[in-house]
Amino acid sequence: MSAIDSLFAKFRSENKKALMPFVTAGDPDLEFTAAVIRELVARGASMCEVGIPYSDPIADGPVIQASYTRALGKKIKLAGILDMLGGVAPQVDTPLVTMVSYAIIYRHGLEKYAAELAQRGVAGMIVPDLPVEESPQLAKICAARDLSLVQLITPTTPPDRALRIAATSSGFIYYVSVAGITGERTQLPPDLVERVSWLRQQTPLPVCIGFGVSQPEHVRLLAPVADGLIVGSAIVRRIAEANSQGRDTTISAVGDYLGTLLAALK
Amino acid sequence: MPTTPHPASPQVPDVAGRFGEFGGRYVPETLVYALDQLVVEYESAQADPQFQVELDDLLKNYVGRPSPLYHAKRLSQVCGGAEIWLKREDLNHTGAHKINNTLGQALLTLRMGKQRVIAETGAGQHGVATATACAHFGLDCVVYMGEEDIRRQAPNVFSMKLLGAEVRPVTSGSRTLRDAINEAMRDWMSSVETTHYILGSVVGPHPFPMIVRDFQAVIGRETIAQCRLRFSGLPDLVVACVGGGSNAAGMFFPFVESTKVPLVGVEAGGRGNQPGDHASPLTYGSPGVLHGSFSYVMQDEDGQTCDVHSMSAGLDYPGVGPEHSYWKDSQRVTYTSCTDSAAMAAFDALASNEGILPALESSHAIAEAMRLAKTMKKSARIVVCLSGRGDKDASELARLKGVKFG
Repeated sequence: MSAIDSLFAKFRSENKKALMPFVTAGDPDLEFTAAVIRELVARGASMCEVGIPYSDPIADGPVIQASYTRALGKKIKLAGILDMLGGVAPQVDTPLVTMVSYAIIYRHGLEKYAAELAQRGVAGMIVPDLPVEESPQLAKICAARDLSLVQLITPTTPPDRALRIAATSSGFIYYVSVAGITGERTQLPPDLVERVSWLRQQTPLPVCIGFGVSQPEHVRLLAPVADGLIVGSAIVRRIAEANSQGRDTTISAVGDYLGTLLAALK
Repeated sequence: MPTTPHPASPQVPDVAGRFGEFGGRYVPETLVYALDQLVVEYESAQADPQFQVELDDLLKNYVGRPSPLYHAKRLSQVCGGAEIWLKREDLNHTGAHKINNTLGQALLTLRMGKQRVIAETGAGQHGVATATACAHFGLDCVVYMGEEDIRRQAPNVFSMKLLGAEVRPVTSGSRTLRDAINEAMRDWMSSVETTHYILGSVVGPHPFPMIVRDFQAVIGRETIAQCRLRFSGLPDLVVACVGGGSNAAGMFFPFVESTKVPLVGVEAGGRGNQPGDHASPLTYGSPGVLHGSFSYVMQDEDGQTCDVHSMSAGLDYPGVGPEHSYWKDSQRVTYTSCTDSAAMAAFDALASNEGILPALESSHAIAEAMRLAKTMKKSARIVVCLSGRGDKDASELARLKGVKFG
């Protein structure tokens, strides 16, 4: 059982919903990323998703792309990110999960990447460019180390395929709200609630919704049908915009924003 | 102990899109549906005789195929060795091999009932060929092109606009072909239900490397037939340039089983062999994942894609088609690289001795053929894929040579 499995077992028994913020590792630097993770957890984040900057992120919209470009421009390396995670994991009581391209995992070595995550107390990984057909090898490696390998289901996934993905995912299922790239949206698809409700009846795994989720109204609408919500670009944008205001101000601004979403969760 | 590689087979890829260990499909789940749909549509098109009839008619009467196989006698004499023959893809409608693929994929677009097409382009040849096919069939067309390439290939940008396409400048990353592919993929993530992505090379996720190769294989098939007709045999050597590798794949694929014919792929050697100075992943790179496919790539120790350089926009790409990686590791094709300056010299040699302005991309293949011709006997024959014409490069050449117009 991974730390994510334990978290959702507890949340389901208490009828609680998870809120998972996403931050880009190394934007503007790793010390800041560690501080912002600590702040988000202190404010009530249930998990933290940490984006490993990648040079060619095709699933990402302009906000997260730009954060990756900034981090890579400062020569942020995987080794440094893993060390930062190793430092912050024991300081927070919530699971950390990496969002990472398969290009990076392959280059590092599948076994080695999994071993290093486990060693540093990270709970798992989301690999947005690894569809279910290509995932068995990594899934096996993750399972052997009690790491979750979270798979994604999207509005273009046919129902039979969704069931196949659900059967191989672990930790939770990342339900992508829209056919598109990451980024804040005012409108979410009208059939989203229905699709997620259907999926949740098909699988014992928790289902979390991401892509576009950014406003308290989204949280109020979606929390009842999902196990958790993922908020990415809205946080990354606040970090980018607030940088000029000084670190402490930025960190509390991001914390305040998370607070408004958490309030909507109650 | 070194092991003998398995011989290359033409029976690739498998159902998972694998060429040996290379290829596959490393893409966001959102795109899998469209890729599966494309596989199904392509299989049904292949089984439909009407599809091939329609494509053949277009290739003959619209593109002007078969393209000639031309014996470049004066160039051969200057080199002083083997005969150099040119497969004249530069004489196709739109001036390059790219049209072979875009017409095929435009027909697939119609079969899928999609009305909008997106494409990426580096040198602009694929963009022009896509805009052309879309104009021909009345499809909406958006072409993503890096800002740096828009500057280098201005005439092609204007042509695309004249043909009714919208050219969207890409300002991320290195502002070249690689970033144009990223942006086209992102567009496709949001438009996948109504839009077909006409990828221009043998790169990307399955089934693109297979489909583009198959549509380009007309180059190699015609070459084999023309060689039999002109000199009753097969050539002693075949040379093609490799960026993503579509003209080379189309030329080489029909020769894969003719193992007595050596095949040479020429990558862009740029300014030299230092990282960042060239675009030669097969020569200097390592296996990794880029743009949905597992293949040789220029990457750093973390798997981040490296910036590359070539004076030729069409070769300025850090990755390469997975089938080339397969041919490299199976030793069916030899890959080498040719510098900017050697390609420029070959351009000048072909222009002054034959009255042909080759594309800067194709000039890399010419350069290698000229070098190898000198080492071969006079009775030997080299076929070079002259993948495109050089008109588009006139202004960039003038800049590189320090010439000012007007």
